Amino acid sequence: MKYKIPLVFAFVCGILVVISEFIPHRPFNMLITTLQDWFMIISGFAILLGQISLFQANIKKIKEKNKDWPFYLAGLISFTVMLIFGLLWGTQEYRGIFGQGEKIQATVGMKPFDYLFANAFMPLSSTMFSLLAFFIASAAYRAFIIRSFESNLLMITAVIVMLGRTSFGGMLTSWLPEGLKFLHLPNLSDFIMEFPNSAAQRAILISAALGIIGSSLRIILGIERSYLGGEK
Amino acid sequence: MKKVILISGILFFSTLLFAQSTFFWIEDVPWDDGKALNIKANVPADTVYLQKALEDGTWETIYTGKGRSLSFTQNELNPDIKYRYRLLVPRPAFNDTIFFMAEAQPKEQWFYLHKLSYLLILLAVSIAIIYYVQNARKGKDYYIRRISGLDCIEDSIGRATEKGKPILFVPGIMDLDDIQTISSLTILSHLAHKAAEYDTEIIVPCRFSMVLSAAREVVKEAYIKAEKPDAYNQDRIFYLTDDQFGYVAGIDGIMVREQPAANFFLGSFYAESLILAETGFSTGAIQTAGTAQASQLPFFVVSCDYTLIGEELFAASAYLSRDPQQLGSLKGHDFGKLLVILLIIAGVITEMSGWHWFKAFFEGAQ
Repeated sequence: MKYKIPLVFAFVCGILVVISEFIPHRPFNMLITTLQDWFMIISGFAILLGQISLFQANIKKIKEKNKDWPFYLAGLISFTVMLIFGLLWGTQEYRGIFGQGEKIQATVGMKPFDYLFANAFMPLSSTMFSLLAFFIASAAYRAFIIRSFESNLLMITAVIVMLGRTSFGGMLTSWLPEGLKFLHLPNLSDFIMEFPNSAAQRAILISAALGIIGSSLRIILGIERSYLGGEK
Repeated sequence: MKKVILISGILFFSTLLFAQSTFFWIEDVPWDDGKALNIKANVPADTVYLQKALEDGTWETIYTGKGRSLSFTQNELNPDIKYRYRLLVPRPAFNDTIFFMAEAQPKEQWFYLHKLSYLLILLAVSIAIIYYVQNARKGKDYYIRRISGLDCIEDSIGRATEKGKPILFVPGIMDLDDIQTISSLTILSHLAHKAAEYDTEIIVPCRFSMVLSAAREVVKEAYIKAEKPDAYNQDRIFYLTDDQFGYVAGIDGIMVREQPAANFFLGSFYAESLILAETGFSTGAIQTAGTAQASQLPFFVVSCDYTLIGEELFAASAYLSRDPQQLGSLKGHDFGKLLVILLIIAGVITEMSGWHWFKAFFEGAQ
């Protein structure tokens, strides 16, 4: 029974969603939106579960004085401060329990929640994102080390594409006569991106789409059950 | 002046009688969800004003331009309401304006005709999958090519066991309504079962609460199936944050502090893919990644030891379970690939021959 009810739900909802993709008439054209709304409602309740999990996991680590426990404490304090500020004075769009917090806004220029969001959260988030630039450099270095014929090809292609996307690349081959313009680096770069690159990406997308059809069908028909925690 | 008014009046009433077939008429947009009307007119005037009647009795101008062969599609209408439109045609020579009126109600249809090709392909692939599954049920064996990224799972767990370090499993950054996340959880089920058998700890940080509850259930059942329910530690499957880069920072921290011996990044990933994979690489862990996001695959290929590309992520559960029925369904995927190859070849031939209907038929599904 524990598995049968979810399997029946998965079957009914799956079939209805597939059918509604092809029928524009009511009630079928409303089904996907309705199911998405239901999902949002369930997600809303589940958020509480996530917060409880966050608190439980961190408090346990702090109590047991795990290694680096002050970081967990910092995480919990940050969470609590943001929650309290949001509840008391609201956010840019919504008022809080104490209203709009005009006095605080006059002092710091914005509501406390928004102030922390803009001056603490956003810089931290941007810092994480900016790490990507350095990681791309290290990953590219490893990818372009010539070890085999394939990696050689990769490196040559990458150099052409990178140069072709810069003004320096265009300048390097600008002297080429009209008859050899297809060898002009920006043109070569465009060709690589438009044809070989697109073809490979589409092949991956088509196979992924087939995989999605197969995977969905296995779930709808109840052949695949491991996502429920149990198999046949 | 009286003559002008008389002529205008005659024109007005005559157009009311004949408007639908001659100067101004409305057609329902076919094969749609009843939210659009095609408003058409054919009057020899350089400037006409198309107006729609509003609820308060006023008129809103929705088109200004030439009146000859005019075709205007109005969208976002309600199929329960009858809409009234009028076409104003100024006549500078007579210093007056005549108008035509028409009304129509959009109709909901029972089929999106432009999705017919999509439906046919879906049916063909689904029938093939069901056919192969049925054959597998009858005992037919199918050859499935080896997927090294999945074969390595046991080696990765073995390595983690030898080193006495945990396994890190990241189920992507999307919620449970993404099929990649569901596929990821099916792999987690197999992985957790193996980890339970080897007595190796598994860490699953989640970005969404729905994924958290599903992941906990999946891992718990896997431990029960492995007859080690006591070894299941709920605290190791936890929620981090909904924020994309906050989530990445949290996982990076886990990788650096706990030094997992094996990392699995399976699911839907975006800009954070390389940050995760490179941090994992720097810790020396065996890394297996899998996603259907074509733009993130190069990053995983460079930084991870094994990568499941696109379809392999969805085939993983069937491959790992070795269940003949599920393996049979993978043969259905192969049929789908063959079908796509044939359609591409047919498309190239028909386009080169000048028969554009074939491409147009499949373009309709977009």
